[in-house]
Amino acid sequence: MPEIKSTAKIEHLQRLIEFVAGHAEKAGFNAKRMNEIELAAEEALVNIFKYAYPGMDGDVVLDCRSENEVGFILEISDNGAPFNILEVPDPDVTAEISDREIGGLGVFFIKKMADEARYRRKGSYNILTLIFRKE
Amino acid sequence: MNIINTGKEKDCLIVRVEGRMDAVSTPEFEQTLGGWIDEGDIRFIVDLAGLDYISSAGLRGILTSVKRLKAAGGQMVLTSLHGTVKEVFEISGFNTIIPIFESVKDALQEM
Repeated sequence: MPEIKSTAKIEHLQRLIEFVAGHAEKAGFNAKRMNEIELAAEEALVNIFKYAYPGMDGDVVLDCRSENEVGFILEISDNGAPFNILEVPDPDVTAEISDREIGGLGVFFIKKMADEARYRRKGSYNILTLIFRKE
Repeated sequence: MNIINTGKEKDCLIVRVEGRMDAVSTPEFEQTLGGWIDEGDIRFIVDLAGLDYISSAGLRGILTSVKRLKAAGGQMVLTSLHGTVKEVFEISGFNTIIPIFESVKDALQEM
């Protein structure tokens, strides 16, 4: 189970995304699907950077694994306040430009890009599990 | 991410954006474009042929710039979207709120 732990700060985004991309590549995804996996990972991470630890530092842990039957599994954990990211309402993607809000778009991308997204609270941790199946 | 000013045609600044527009690089896009807007350029053709990746942060940066240009009486159009970038614009509905052309040449015909 390859794992990486980092302070939940934007300056670590690139390193964390490279970690995910490296394992996704090993799992055999094509360039387009890897982009989609990176997108889901970025949106989940940025959300944690922005909201998980208001006014203090905290960690984020990424765990990547490949299972033949399931596909590529990305688990993202933080021990911030309980927050089920999947409950964020979908944005109105038909709104006119003047009414466009960006909030919710990141979570919407996570749901669209992952074949399956699950949230659970385990002890003091929020754990988001994203599953990307092999074609 | 690279942002390259490739010159002016029909009073439009043609700008090429290459690489990745993510939560880290997008502020640079907004600042660079903001600088050109401050200098008086308000019509932009943004060529995304070399853009391989965009996230919601990138879309936010583009929307902010589009709104700023609109308020100034200007305009921004995008060209040459492909792959995941194109997909992200379609999923988010951004392809319906920002004019998108197949190529810079097509965009110039409409400007």
